[in-house]
Amino acid sequence: MNPFTEPITVSHYLAVGALLFVAGAICMATKRNALGVLMGIELVLNGANINFVAFGSKFFRSSSLGLDGELMALFVIVLAAAEAAVALAIALNFYNNHTTIDVDHADELKG
Amino acid sequence: MDHLPTIYGAAVLLPLASFVTILLFARQLGKVAASIATGAILLSAVLSFLAFGIWLSNHPPVAAHHDSHEAAHGDEHGGAGHSDHETKTGEKHSTGTRSPLLFVSVVQDSAAKAHDAAPAVDAAHAHAHDDHEVAAKPFKTGEYYTLGKFGSLRVTISYYIDTLTVLMFCMVTFIATCIHFYAAGYMHDELSDIVDKEVTLANGEHLHRPGRFPRFFQYLSLFCFSMLGLVLAGNIAMVFVFWELVGICSYFLIGFYVERKSASTAANKAFIVNRVGDFGMIIGLMIIWSTLGTFSFGDIERTDAEKHKHVEPGIFSIVRPGHDHQLIVPDGMVQADAKEEEPTADGKTRKVSAVAEIMRDHASSQAGLASANSEIASRTPAWRQQGYGYWLLVLAGLGIFCGCVGKSAQFPLHVWLPDAMEGPTPVSALVHSATMVAAGVYLVGRFFPVFAPEALLVIAIVGAITMLLGASIAFTANDIKRVLAYSTVSQLGLMMLALGIGGWLAGLMHLITHAFFKSLLFMCSGSVIHAVHTNDMRKMGGLINKMPVTAITMLIGCLAIAGVSVPFVVGFSGYYSKDAILEQALAFWQVNGTPQSGLFFLLAVIGAAMTTTYMFRMWFMTFVGRPRDSHAYEHAHESSPVMYLPLVILSVLAVCVAWNYQYIGYFAIAAAFFVGRGLQQGWFTQLRDSLSHGDAAHGDGDHGHGHDDHAAHHDSHGEHHDHQRHDSHAHHADHLATPPLTWSWVATMLVCTVIGGWLTQQGILAQRGHGASDWDGYSLQALLEQARPEGTLANATGAWTKWTWPNEHFAHEDAQFATIVVPATLMASASWAGGILLAAAFFWRGTLNPDDVRRQFAPIYNLLVNKWWFDELYDAIFIQPTMVVSRLISSFDKRWIDRFLDNLALGGIWFSKVWEFIADRTIVDGFVNLFAAWVYSLGTSLHALQTGRIRQYVMFIVIGAVVIFFMISLFWSPTLAAK
Repeated sequence: MNPFTEPITVSHYLAVGALLFVAGAICMATKRNALGVLMGIELVLNGANINFVAFGSKFFRSSSLGLDGELMALFVIVLAAAEAAVALAIALNFYNNHTTIDVDHADELKG
Repeated sequence: MDHLPTIYGAAVLLPLASFVTILLFARQLGKVAASIATGAILLSAVLSFLAFGIWLSNHPPVAAHHDSHEAAHGDEHGGAGHSDHETKTGEKHSTGTRSPLLFVSVVQDSAAKAHDAAPAVDAAHAHAHDDHEVAAKPFKTGEYYTLGKFGSLRVTISYYIDTLTVLMFCMVTFIATCIHFYAAGYMHDELSDIVDKEVTLANGEHLHRPGRFPRFFQYLSLFCFSMLGLVLAGNIAMVFVFWELVGICSYFLIGFYVERKSASTAANKAFIVNRVGDFGMIIGLMIIWSTLGTFSFGDIERTDAEKHKHVEPGIFSIVRPGHDHQLIVPDGMVQADAKEEEPTADGKTRKVSAVAEIMRDHASSQAGLASANSEIASRTPAWRQQGYGYWLLVLAGLGIFCGCVGKSAQFPLHVWLPDAMEGPTPVSALVHSATMVAAGVYLVGRFFPVFAPEALLVIAIVGAITMLLGASIAFTANDIKRVLAYSTVSQLGLMMLALGIGGWLAGLMHLITHAFFKSLLFMCSGSVIHAVHTNDMRKMGGLINKMPVTAITMLIGCLAIAGVSVPFVVGFSGYYSKDAILEQALAFWQVNGTPQSGLFFLLAVIGAAMTTTYMFRMWFMTFVGRPRDSHAYEHAHESSPVMYLPLVILSVLAVCVAWNYQYIGYFAIAAAFFVGRGLQQGWFTQLRDSLSHGDAAHGDGDHGHGHDDHAAHHDSHGEHHDHQRHDSHAHHADHLATPPLTWSWVATMLVCTVIGGWLTQQGILAQRGHGASDWDGYSLQALLEQARPEGTLANATGAWTKWTWPNEHFAHEDAQFATIVVPATLMASASWAGGILLAAAFFWRGTLNPDDVRRQFAPIYNLLVNKWWFDELYDAIFIQPTMVVSRLISSFDKRWIDRFLDNLALGGIWFSKVWEFIADRTIVDGFVNLFAAWVYSLGTSLHALQTGRIRQYVMFIVIGAVVIFFMISLFWSPTLAAK
């Protein structure tokens, strides 16, 4: 079964979401710049959002779970915005203290 | 009327609220505490007077005047009968038939006197004409709250409101308010730190302590709450609770200067002596409850579970049932005491409880309890006839009286009251003269219907002894407060004597008039002490020049307590109450005719003469003659207005509290004279000046206070003080120029007042004709008459004593005017006149030298100065034996019990040490330590994972997520999607 020839179903969305998620996770794991890590987080969250929207879409009602995914997605967006605000503030403070935003320098909490 | 319980409840609770507030916020409040306490009691007073008004409008007092002078004018007392039977629900009198309360005429009944052996209390019949029925006494009783039910015992917060309650509320709250104001001035130095000169510490210095101003008012508030609760109480158990509360307040206040050894000892003494009395009271309480099954005074209407209303009879209606309210031995007491003779095995007989016997006889039968009860009920009258249970009734009365003996400082428990003078003077005035000690007399009055004649006889004897004892000791006391304390003892004895010979109204009237003039006298003495910083009258003298207001108000107090009067015309308040007592005593003598019964009258006259003598001794020693201690004299000054204004108010009441509207002329003329004199001499401008300069409380502070810290005060307030002293010297100069009152002025005033007042009175009497006026009821006497317990208007004869207790109206019948009223009044007048002359001869004019008398009667003088050696006697009888026994027990305790316990403890210690090593150190500690070590090593091994690198953490998360994903896909079948 060739996914590229099939009509678009939930699975396609899930594939895109998974791709975004993996990209975000890799970004988080590899970037040393704090802003880069934040961007990775945004990607991860949006990957999840795509899943939500796909599961909630009325076009896929037959094959989806029929959740109110759009609502969930809105929550996620709001939370992401809030989280970004906080995280940026942390990054700013971090820069004030360390004159860098390299997350590898942020190891004061190690055990 | 329905609101009365609420109003009184609020009046009682306000001081409690003030107490709690001051208790919680004493530190923050400081000076405000006085305002809170005063405000609370003032509000209570306002509520009390409001309730007084409500009461009067619902139960218009009926004229019951039997003033001697009125009798002299031939007022007809035996008018139409008053058969308006008032219901307890507060129904209004029908105004049309209001007429003088009828005096139940009593014929001295030989049949009653020769009353044969029927031992049940059977009062000699009051020969009331059948159509002349005495109005039922109005009262209102009910329950606020039931604290608990234990079987048939019901402990409730209840109220019993009758005219006596109403009057007592007004009296207590009014005097308490005056004293709160006065105390705010008197206790002013407690606001700052205090050096107590009477306490010397181990290092030779005087005690230095923070002031306790709020605490004083806190106790005063608690005291007011307790006293008002006691007066309102509707059952004897609640009375007992508040009784004890009053006792503890007295304890706190006597021991207010707790660091002084004398004060703490006096507080203990008061408390312990009162416990002795309360022990008797508990016995009385137990008898009453176990035989009557109720504590309640009045009948209480209750609704039971099935919504049936039933009336539960109170003590009063149980002991005085029926229409004529004669005292009988209640069923419960008869049944508890009834005996039957039963043969025993050895041919003799023994006595067994009849009730138990009947119960046992019926236990086997089918009907059982019901038939037993009916048999008991049917046989009860016969048992009562045989005299069973009478001793229980007497004992119950004596038990309650025991409590009163303690609280009212009667012989032999009078020893605490003089020592109680260790408290601050406002306390002496409030607690130990006007209210608390009055509680005992009040309770005797309240419980009067229950006292059998034998109990009354004991009360009269104890009262007579106390009266003479107190009066005799007061002669030799040199401490001004102690003179007053012994005078209080003596006057309380007089009240008890009056109650004991059947003078219910006389005793309680004296209670109320005495409260006014004795609190006045105490506050005056406080003012004097404040000024000269000593209690010792031997260091006073001539103070009338320095403190005229105090001197004159105190003189009025002395005249009032002496009962000075123009016989049959007008007199100070003490005249009316003391006369009533003497008349009752004389009636008692006349009715019985035996010399022994006359003793009460003679003793009362002697007591009255003694009272006058020592009171004037005190006044002369303090205020006239040459100053004995020039330093104290130089320094003396009049107190501040906040202190002397209450004196003026109370002195007005001490004069006229027993008057009714007919005396308005005397009042108006005397008041006009004083106001005129005041305007002429500028009293009012001086008063206004001193009130507007230095605010009231502070003005007092300027004058150094406390009897003891004069020097300290000198240093701290030096500057202001000098200024004030200058002021008072200036005033002093004025006084010397024109003395506040001159002899000629006083004489003119008295003559004008008496003549003018008498003419006014005659005018009023002529105006209204011979009938009684509606207004006649508004006098202390008529109001008390309204409160008279039912059934006490009949002559009573005891079962054991053959004396007859005449009813109180007997003395006031027209027939008795020449034989009782005239001699009693003349004897009273002679007693006070003689007393004043004697005191003046000794202590003013110096015609007789007290030292000579002292030398001639040295043994008697020593006896009196040592207070009849009562303290020593009690020390030898009770304290020393107790100490010896205690020492013995203590040595046994130390030698044997302690040694045994010590060894036991050593063994215990050894055992514990061993056991500790085995069990605690090894097993318990070992396990805990092992666990801790394990957790520690786990922590150290895990801490390597926490590197602090975010990217690493993300990797962990990703790896973890992947692992979880794989685990799920491997081990968990995806049923979700299939459905």
